[in-house]
Amino acid sequence: MTDVLSQPGATVRPKSAPRRLSDRAFAVLLILPAFAFIGVIIAWPLVETIRLSFTDARLGGENYVGFENYVDLWNSRRFHSYVWITFYWMFISVLAKMVLGLIGASLLNAAVPGRALFRMLVMPPWVIPIAIGCIGWLWLYNGTFGLLSGVGQRIGIFDGAFPFLAGKTSAFYSAVVTDVWIGTPMVTLFFLAAMQGVNRDLYEAAWVDGAGRWYRFRRITIPQIMPVIVSMSLLSAIWTFNSFDIIFILTQGGPRGATTTLIIDTYKTAIGNFKFGEGAARAVVIVVLLAIFSAIYMFLLGKINKIYGVK
Amino acid sequence: MMDRYKLWQIIGIYLGIFAFLSFMLLPFVEMFVTSLRPLEHLRTTPYRFWSDKMSFDAYSTMWESVPLLGRYIVNSVFIASAVTAFTMVLVIPASYAYARLQFPFKTASLAGILAVNMFTGAVLLIPLYKVLKTLGLLNTYWAMIVPGIAFLIPTGIWLLKSYLEKIPVELEEAAFVDGASRIYILRRVVIPLAVPGIIVVGTATFIGAYAQQFLFAITFNQTRELQPLPAGLQEFVGRQVVTWNEMMAASLTGVVPVILIFFFLQKYLVAGLTAGAVKE
Repeated sequence: MTDVLSQPGATVRPKSAPRRLSDRAFAVLLILPAFAFIGVIIAWPLVETIRLSFTDARLGGENYVGFENYVDLWNSRRFHSYVWITFYWMFISVLAKMVLGLIGASLLNAAVPGRALFRMLVMPPWVIPIAIGCIGWLWLYNGTFGLLSGVGQRIGIFDGAFPFLAGKTSAFYSAVVTDVWIGTPMVTLFFLAAMQGVNRDLYEAAWVDGAGRWYRFRRITIPQIMPVIVSMSLLSAIWTFNSFDIIFILTQGGPRGATTTLIIDTYKTAIGNFKFGEGAARAVVIVVLLAIFSAIYMFLLGKINKIYGVK
Repeated sequence: MMDRYKLWQIIGIYLGIFAFLSFMLLPFVEMFVTSLRPLEHLRTTPYRFWSDKMSFDAYSTMWESVPLLGRYIVNSVFIASAVTAFTMVLVIPASYAYARLQFPFKTASLAGILAVNMFTGAVLLIPLYKVLKTLGLLNTYWAMIVPGIAFLIPTGIWLLKSYLEKIPVELEEAAFVDGASRIYILRRVVIPLAVPGIIVVGTATFIGAYAQQFLFAITFNQTRELQPLPAGLQEFVGRQVVTWNEMMAASLTGVVPVILIFFFLQKYLVAGLTAGAVKE
């Protein structure tokens, strides 16, 4: 410890200009390791992905091909359907998470005995690895031996075994349900925290004026937590767009491409078929789409924060 | 008064909570029940809800069916711990800089770091594969640890920065006036005060690191002995007869470490994660 104290920096010095200068140097020192790491593992690969997208890189080698990969994607009807599937998947799934999260948070916010325990029991789907949760769902969706098919047959919805992951439509919505299951806990948690942060005076004033619960929920709770709803839906949208494990484990993108989102398509092209150049072009499309999407969202968030008077 | 419910409202709330939790916990309950049932009972049609011969046999036979199972679980915990340790070493100094110091491009660089959250490993796999190959890390633990760290740094910095901002700056100033060096202040004043925040961010990082192993494992590692549990469990699937009861037993056993950590620390974790959602 004494050696630290005897360093030159330890001498008493005025809190003026020299300190600010050293602020800068110290800050660089502190953030440099993290930035160097992200630079090598994320920034450089990103640049390299962009470069590769203009080549026909495969295992053997690579040649510059200009915009050919992008032109191919532009003309590929299959790729268009994957884009459509991805946005539909994101929209449906995020909408369901927001609605369920709002309902769940309202229920868990109610002053009833046992709520501390209930709040805890919401979280396991988020805590466990996605890949393991998916194994549970894989079993639930099993047509011959699975619980859901069994119950469906027992109550007469299904005539015989119903393999959820075999039909195009049922596979898609099964994957959505699993994604909602994994994403809802986090959303619920944040909505609940936001609801608890709403000033009680607002509710009491409304209550004195004779406002009912539903009115208070619509006119106080929702506007007060709106910034959190918007930012959570952006985060959720990005996670859902990028969701890989769920679809890969449940359906591998099938049946017949019904659950192939852009991430799955990229993975299959690049890693499954070793078409690195074409895969890279898909990755770039994903990054561009996400950037546009986030920019629009941030713009909306700014507007909404202004309307509801945050900062 | 305002919070008093009528009886039908209380019943409605409990029914709602019950329905909500049923959805959240259904897979766990079914996994547990399945793990207790004999395999021949699972493979009967028409579907049977219950077996008369429930037992914990699968929890002992699973170690023989997949001999490396114990290894997979240890690998998962080891990889997640290593990722957490390295991430924290990078996150603590960086978040201190963002919480306390003024420097050029502060906002821009923070925005740049947070933009990393927009990507997943899946988008960058091809060049990442090259980087790991160049560094000679493919098919080692590092192949799963190194990318894991990079994707957890941004959220870690964001969370810890908000925590550090709430610590009163007076103590640091006092130490500064007393002539302590900057490194000394960080080590002896800031970090001890930030321990609760560091625990929260560390726990969140560990859960994230435990969850994200699948993609990196199946892409960057071909060595079976090094595989983490989510990838190792696929061994049960690729068989002639899938031993579902053992697979469920193995899955549940494998999530015990992370579930335990969560339940012990959940109070702090929830408060720490949602700090930004609550208005002061």
